[in-house]
Amino acid sequence: MLSSTADKLFWMARYAERAENLARMLDVNYRMSLFPQGPQSVNQGWNALLAISDLMGEYQSRYAEITPEKALAFFAFDGSHPSSIMSCWRAVRENARAVRGALTAETWETINSTWLELRTIEANLTAGGDVGGFFEWVKYRSHLVRGVLRSTMLRDEAFHFTWLGTYLERADNTARILDVKYHMLLPGGEGVGGAADYYQWSALLNSVAAFEIYRKVYRDVITPRRVAELLILREDMPRSLGHCIRQSYFHLQQIRNHHSAETERRVGVLDAELHFGRIEDIFESGLHEYLMNFIERVYELGERVSKDFLVSSEVA
Amino acid sequence: MALSQPPYDEMHDSDGVRPHYRTFANWLKQTPAEKLQRKRAEADALFHRVGITFAVYGEESGTERLIPFDIVPRIIPAGEWQQLAAGLKQRVRALNAFIKDIYHDQEILRAGKLPAEEILNNAQFRPEMKGVTVPNDIYAHIAGVDIVRAGKGEFYVLEDNLRVPSGVSYMIEDRKMMMRLFPELFAQYAVAPVEHYPDLLLDNLRSVAPAGVNDPVVVVLTPGSYNSAYFEHAFIAQQMGVELVEGADLFVRDNYVYMRTTRGPQRVDVIYRRIDDDFLDPRAFRPDSQLGVPGLLDAYRAGRVNVTNAIGTGVADDKSIYPYVPDMVRFYLGEEPLLNNVPTYVLRREEDLKYTLDHLSELVVKEVHGAGGYGMLIGPAATKAQIEAFRARIIAAPQKYIAQPTLSLSACPTFVENGIAPRHIDLRPFVLSGRDVTLVPGGLTRVALTEGSLVVNSSQGGGTKDTWVLER
Repeated sequence: MLSSTADKLFWMARYAERAENLARMLDVNYRMSLFPQGPQSVNQGWNALLAISDLMGEYQSRYAEITPEKALAFFAFDGSHPSSIMSCWRAVRENARAVRGALTAETWETINSTWLELRTIEANLTAGGDVGGFFEWVKYRSHLVRGVLRSTMLRDEAFHFTWLGTYLERADNTARILDVKYHMLLPGGEGVGGAADYYQWSALLNSVAAFEIYRKVYRDVITPRRVAELLILREDMPRSLGHCIRQSYFHLQQIRNHHSAETERRVGVLDAELHFGRIEDIFESGLHEYLMNFIERVYELGERVSKDFLVSSEVA
Repeated sequence: MALSQPPYDEMHDSDGVRPHYRTFANWLKQTPAEKLQRKRAEADALFHRVGITFAVYGEESGTERLIPFDIVPRIIPAGEWQQLAAGLKQRVRALNAFIKDIYHDQEILRAGKLPAEEILNNAQFRPEMKGVTVPNDIYAHIAGVDIVRAGKGEFYVLEDNLRVPSGVSYMIEDRKMMMRLFPELFAQYAVAPVEHYPDLLLDNLRSVAPAGVNDPVVVVLTPGSYNSAYFEHAFIAQQMGVELVEGADLFVRDNYVYMRTTRGPQRVDVIYRRIDDDFLDPRAFRPDSQLGVPGLLDAYRAGRVNVTNAIGTGVADDKSIYPYVPDMVRFYLGEEPLLNNVPTYVLRREEDLKYTLDHLSELVVKEVHGAGGYGMLIGPAATKAQIEAFRARIIAAPQKYIAQPTLSLSACPTFVENGIAPRHIDLRPFVLSGRDVTLVPGGLTRVALTEGSLVVNSSQGGGTKDTWVLER
């Protein structure tokens, strides 16, 4: 397939995944701001979110203070920076439109109608609509897009580039969510339980749809170590780093070409590390350091995929 | 043909409803107005969801609009279509013969049928094409010939679009929409299908591959997703199952054209381009073009790739050449033309100029190189001030204009704000030339939605209708 088509499919999927994760994080922050707690910790939540997405500067250039209303407006509908839900979805739709021939009609129409609906929702929400409902809607549209992709697309290169984009983006996003929350909760290493911590942890698990999964897997109280294990190493947990890398490895193998051996090797190494890794070792070497290293390696993988497949090295 | 005569009514004659519209008229009478209203809204929602939209030049970037779709079909009886189709094939054969001649022996000039300066001074004439042999001697592989009906119902050719004619996606989408909205009508009418157009087109494109290529790779070349016709480019590529490429996806090496793929370069044999000549190859034409492929012209001239439509077809659909098309039919085919030309005054001729300036309020004056309904004067609809302003433009450069009598375009019932009322229409059938000359029965019917307006262009508020050619 055309390199430029693969590139657009890859980014279409990444932006859709990014929009979903953003909605998940916003949802958690929004819910937490409803719990009885001081403005201090509410602000802490928004600060963390701005830090996670490297957007503190952008935000401060627009607003002097952090309030839930302003932060929501900034993250949800502000099209003047590239990281809002609105901007991500615009990018999804523009990329999809440019390669609509490589998508099934049902996939394209799902994406296009999401975009059209998003624009009407924006108008309603500005007039004081249901914010929580909006985040739900973003999540469900994301589920719908993936469902249509999975159940209508031919298992060809277009399919594999789309899913490679999805999983690399999700790996990055889950790592960031974990890092920021972890950082915030445990400034000095291991912490102890308490009501406030319980809500923080359950919020974190909820943001990656893992609260019930945690209960099912561990049948025990929530501890930081287990949360980290679930979201890093459990390959059967669909938003964990282990699962995302395993899937990325699979899709990369399906599209291999004569440039891509080294990239494949690197994903394979990362996959093996996650597969055989132990949470004790990760904690010993420092969770934050581990996650930073992981995010860096996923970034490099994205760059390598781009070099191997998307930007043709052939010149006229 | 003057405006004073009432336009030809496609649906009614003096005795009432024409036979081919009777079933439809009965259906319309029995269908409640709310249902029609609901179906219209449904059509709009579907067109939006599918993204059958176009960008409007000069409006805020990213603005997309629907081309209004009218739910009253334009119906053409079998007999009328057969005559029309025969005339169209004849005309396109002659035009292809003309383009070949102009870039080779120029016999028509030597025979004095057409003044040489009309060709040699024409901006659309491409000296780069002189002596270049193209597969099957076909230049205009896809022709969109605009037909209008005037007077007592005679068909006239308004213009021959031989460069990158668009609209065929609407022909197909309008049909799909009608079948979805009103399946019951198709049970009562034997409507000839048009949805196989992409198959015919692909077969046609494959048949004009460079010699020696057995399994040609065909691509559609688009200026990109911000082009107003992008939907159509994507649609055609997808329907044919070929790649939709932009200039940056292609490169030329050793006079062969390749596309950049995830598995390395792949040879391309036939390019169905939807980019104007000027932008095709920055080395040969406009050097500032970001849309084209450097070196494409050389590869094409070397016969290593075919480009459809050929470079330089504009010389045959130029408005200054139009008056000579009936002569081309006689000259190259030895036949009498089956289709009428609209009588045309060529303003570079002194006597035509004088007549035109004396009759501006009755005539339509068009810019020779204009397209899309911009830069024209419709005398009977213009104010005195507009006429005088245009007079000055004509006098300043008469060679840039032609003039024609105002044709009272035929009118077809159309759904408008306050019910159903007649609106003026035209017809663009798409004629394919390759191994043979073929066309699907039908075309794109455009309708001027504003009362009394004769401008059907989508950029100026025109809409479209499904076109039904009846099989019996």
